Amino acid sequence: MTAKTTQAGRRLRFEIFRYNPEDPESTPHMQTFELDETPYMSIFIALNEIREKQDPSLQFDFACRAAICGSCGMMVNGRPSLGCRTLTSDLPDVIKLHPLPVFKLIGDLSVDTGTWFREMVEKTEGWIHAQEAFDPDAQETRMDDDTAAAIYENDRCIECGCCVASCGAANVNEDFLGPAGLNRVARFAMDPRDERSDADWFEVVSNQDGVFGCIGLMACHDICPKELPLLEVYGYLRRKALSSAMSKRG
Amino acid sequence: MSGSLLSTDVLVIGGGLAGERCAIEAAAAGHNVLILSLVPPRRSHSCAAQGGMQASLGNCVKADGDNPTLHFLDTVRGSDWGADQEVARIFAEEAQIAVRELAHFGVPWTRVRGGKNSYFIKGERVEIEESIENDGLIMHRDFGGTAKWRACYAAAGTGHAVLYAVDSEVVRLGVEVRDRTEAVELIHDGSRCWGAVARCLRTGEHYPILAKATVIATGGYGRIYGQFTTNATINEGMGAAIALNTGVVPLGNMEAVQFHPTGLIPSGILLTEGCRGDGGYLLNRDLHRFMVELEPHKQELASRDVVSRHMAQQMRDGKGVETPYGPHLWLDIRHLGEEHVTTKLREVFDITRDFVGLHPAHDLIPVRPTQHYSMGGVRVNKDGEAYNLAGLYAAGEAACWDMHGFNRLGGNSLAETIVAGRIVGRTVAAHAEGFSLDAKTGLAFGATRHAESRAEDWLGRSGDGPSVYELRDAMATTMMDKVGIFRTGEELQEGVDELRTLLGECDRAVLRSKAPGMNPELTFALRLKNMMRLALVTTEGALARTESRGAHYRTDYPLRNDAEWLNRTLVRWSVDAPEPNYSYEPVGLIDLPPGHRGYGSDERIELTMSVEEYNADVDEKQREHGKLETVDPIGTRIQWGAWEQAV
Repeated sequence: MTAKTTQAGRRLRFEIFRYNPEDPESTPHMQTFELDETPYMSIFIALNEIREKQDPSLQFDFACRAAICGSCGMMVNGRPSLGCRTLTSDLPDVIKLHPLPVFKLIGDLSVDTGTWFREMVEKTEGWIHAQEAFDPDAQETRMDDDTAAAIYENDRCIECGCCVASCGAANVNEDFLGPAGLNRVARFAMDPRDERSDADWFEVVSNQDGVFGCIGLMACHDICPKELPLLEVYGYLRRKALSSAMSKRG
Repeated sequence: MSGSLLSTDVLVIGGGLAGERCAIEAAAAGHNVLILSLVPPRRSHSCAAQGGMQASLGNCVKADGDNPTLHFLDTVRGSDWGADQEVARIFAEEAQIAVRELAHFGVPWTRVRGGKNSYFIKGERVEIEESIENDGLIMHRDFGGTAKWRACYAAAGTGHAVLYAVDSEVVRLGVEVRDRTEAVELIHDGSRCWGAVARCLRTGEHYPILAKATVIATGGYGRIYGQFTTNATINEGMGAAIALNTGVVPLGNMEAVQFHPTGLIPSGILLTEGCRGDGGYLLNRDLHRFMVELEPHKQELASRDVVSRHMAQQMRDGKGVETPYGPHLWLDIRHLGEEHVTTKLREVFDITRDFVGLHPAHDLIPVRPTQHYSMGGVRVNKDGEAYNLAGLYAAGEAACWDMHGFNRLGGNSLAETIVAGRIVGRTVAAHAEGFSLDAKTGLAFGATRHAESRAEDWLGRSGDGPSVYELRDAMATTMMDKVGIFRTGEELQEGVDELRTLLGECDRAVLRSKAPGMNPELTFALRLKNMMRLALVTTEGALARTESRGAHYRTDYPLRNDAEWLNRTLVRWSVDAPEPNYSYEPVGLIDLPPGHRGYGSDERIELTMSVEEYNADVDEKQREHGKLETVDPIGTRIQWGAWEQAV
């Protein structure tokens, strides 16, 4: 096996943000832990090791530990990352961990992405809008495989929140849909099963909280752990907004 | 301190696919529904299902002629005849509807491409002309243990795509979800369930929720194997545990534990069966494709229990690659080519790149069999009602419904979540009426007080007892070493002894942290004894079952024994009782007589009575074990003898 293993024998230093809002005595501060690096060590392995051997009060979130569920977004040396798939062998000896900004803090590295994303889905009405009810006796409606693959490409977002945390606009405008929100809109806008018109989409995205709120830094595109084509998403939505505006004028 | 009381028509515990699909059905019928979930629903372990969802649509050439009867046959054979055949039949019929409904909800299923397509089949590249007529219908891929290509899929992110589509429906219907919330105890009076006590994982607060119907949909209990599992960290089996703790609701077939052939080492992360379905090979240390001679007919695509045993045997025979993490074998998908592995198997590409730094189009992937699926769970009747406790239901992996028997086929679990969710949702919708919850507040606060006192007990302990994590690791090692792929009476007895000692140790364990709020160590401590109880009944069930069936393989009893063991293990164990109580019920009505599965061993001990004799008192015996009356009598949905046309 060629392997992302380890830089042998390193002693790693973790500087971790600590604050427990449920504890009146707690104040925000950084705490340092040291750990011997082991082969294939990820932030998931390291944090569990620290919690189980050094400080059992440490709060963080993991579920699938396979970069599929999106639970473990956090700032790793200033970069929004999935903790589970970030290997210490790719990092320097000192590793600084902070919770993702924008989202409400639950404690230490744990933030409330669930509430944020549920509100985003409600705001964008992120579901298929179709008049016709499901007919259990009918064959499925056909779809071209290339169309299905294109929808899937954008459907792959795991709502980890890394893009939102990296976003200059989302950090100052709490109503901004954020890269993940705009991607979700594009995913439904390109789906032929969704009957919303360009005018409906115009309402959702053609304003400062939508695609015109983006200030173009494009950190989201660089940090997305699923490598979603966010650049293309904004281009697609701007074209859609424009054609809708043109047709209104006409 | 406890929070104020909530009430709802339907309480769904678990926000994965089975729970959410059930909630949709109940909400669409006009009920108030509340979902509790450990994590935001889209982070549930359903999202990790990769390769596919079985439904016999028969849309592509290699699926031509497929139908629910063939799906039923494969499922029963896969189960090694441990399944309830009526449930397997209901499932096979409704799986088609479930997949099409998901297309309606927005799942971007991979579609048939009319014209020439290139596939890998049994080591050969094959060109197949898909009909233009079927262009754009839902495509299938091959999976283990099936007669036809049947798994519907969205690249290798099927579970993700399905979960997002189903959760979108939940949001559309305005169903309330409380994430970061755990159900820690059922509220019940010994004959009826009235909801559950919740613990908030933001604040640590307990509060009661009264409900006319309560559904357990918490997934499997793979984490009793610690890190030796493909399961997420949240799959600790708490739904099954709180049902077991009532002392009246039995769990079924807890010893039926599936190992998936291709867990990535060292992390245990799943690599989909789609790798082999799409033509991948398993190789040993000598780069030899051992499955070809061991299973000439199905090769790498025999059922998971059979493939896992062959792999484990290779490693026992010294044919594994030795590493500091123990031996492994190789998964080889290089010949599928760069384009295929980065599109149709994209998630596999991502995982191997991110976690072991390999490129599957160029490198071999290190894998070994890893705990994967819990066939056992809360025993329910065909409508999804738990035995003995009215108002309690279960669906999905948390349930023992029981369509999987002793081995589940790949792609059948994703299909089960939606099919069972629909059916249990209908049952719940029909039953969640006509009850007053007013008189139950005393019961609710009593249960809440009880749950709180457990937390207080942990926080009040001092001294230098073992840590909860040490005990968890010891449990995991016992389970992996003594209750794994190959089992013997001697090792299982050692496992039982070790687990009983560890259970005692739980009462001596001490928290290192008394932090206010949810306190992650306390949160785990509250689950620890529950997990140990599940581990113990799994091990004792395996020790008692002196035969080999599906995933339960006893080297000291290597034959399937239909004369004595064509039955389902049931276990009840009240929190206060010193010993679990085991009993056995018939598997259900038999339509397809027990026989050879078509792979694996053809030797077995035959049923001594006739199928007619076996079937004569199934209903009566299951009722004696607490089965509640079903809407239609049992047997009404079996299509007797329909399989004869197909074999």
